[in-house]
Amino acid sequence: MSEIKMDLISADKINAMSSMEKLRFVLDGVREGNIVILEGGLTPEEQMQLIELTMTEIGEEFPGIEISGYPAKRGLFNLRKKTRLTVIGPANVMRTIKKDKDLISTIVSAV
Amino acid sequence: MTGRTRRKGIFARLFRALLFRRATAKIGIYGPPNAGKTTLANQIIHTFADENEDIGTSTEIPHETRRAVRRAGILIDLKKRTLQNLGHNSDENPTTSSGPAPFTPAEAKSKLRLDIVDTPGLATKIDFHDFMAFGLEETEAKKRAKEATEGVIEAIKWLEDIDGVLLLMDATENPYTQTNIVIIGNLEARGIPVIIAANKIDLAEAAPQRIADAFPQHTVVPISALKGDNMDALYREMTRRFR
Ligand SMILES: Nc1nc2c(ncn2[C@@H]2O[C@H](COP(=O)(O)OP(=O)(O)OP(=O)(O)O)[C@@H](O)[C@H]2O)c(=O)[nH]1
Ligand SMILES: [Mg+2]
Repeated sequence: MSEIKMDLISADKINAMSSMEKLRFVLDGVREGNIVILEGGLTPEEQMQLIELTMTEIGEEFPGIEISGYPAKRGLFNLRKKTRLTVIGPANVMRTIKKDKDLISTIVSAV
Repeated sequence: MTGRTRRKGIFARLFRALLFRRATAKIGIYGPPNAGKTTLANQIIHTFADENEDIGTSTEIPHETRRAVRRAGILIDLKKRTLQNLGHNSDENPTTSSGPAPFTPAEAKSKLRLDIVDTPGLATKIDFHDFMAFGLEETEAKKRAKEATEGVIEAIKWLEDIDGVLLLMDATENPYTQTNIVIIGNLEARGIPVIIAANKIDLAEAAPQRIADAFPQHTVVPISALKGDNMDALYREMTRRFR
């Protein structure tokens, strides 16, 4: 039985990185076959950039990513939308089966 | 103080209105692969520009469109459209006569000049095996996958030049996907106006209400781009939101 590694990254660690560092960190982890879970998550802009970066790396052995997250929520004073949690994994390993505003259900299977 | 700011506001607005007046709005048709973006673009062009012109081909194979294509200078003219409808409805197409209510005179005057940009479908994964399942040879499937990845990047880059978005979703599918959420989040962050079109309502499994429930803060117009159902409601919404 093969194993799949899961990396759970704290918001503090993520917030200490620049946008590009974050994307590189996530994509490197996913390309190694890991599931990466980010506390605090990525903004919609960062997710779009991640999709763009992913597209440049898709090939025969890497079909892309599966990404799932809770939608951002308005903060107390409506100043900034606060992102929550984001899960990213290799598309051939992770599959989201159910998702709503506060619940994400995925299946992870070894290839 | 307030008087001065207000006057400045008026001047600034006048200045903008005179100098930076947008002649045409660039409207991007966005959405996941196979939502019906090219079908909708063709439908709009057939109705308001040239009934023999296609912006691209639509097929059931995803990532058919792999380059963004712009069709410039389309005049959405609600009045003309209403007249056309009156001409057609009575005998040829009885179903649309029970469609949307006729326009009020003010609405019927509305015109909107725009460029349509048909974009490649947005996705987070592109697996060439999926194309082989549609009967493509391996080399062809790999080539298509490569072009599709470039297409996604092109669609994202186009967002920088877009004034408004028609976001298309297939109403027979679950709308609450990360791709849809990411597109909407980016449009909101950039302040780009968006109309969601719940497409394929001619199919029995279509559930446009599910889309409205998933994105309650946005306008959702149920349509069939293929059959032309409820297009008047979409055009009316476009003339309201995209000027
Ligand atoms: N039943 C039905 N089918 C539709 C409708 N609109 C599009 N289709 C079909 O859906 C499939 C995909 O349509 P396209 O217009 O190619 O979709 P697209 O969004 O441009 O797809 P990509 O370019 O691959 O991203 C085709 O088989 C169309 O005939 C509709 O309103 N009703
Ligand atoms: Mg297309």
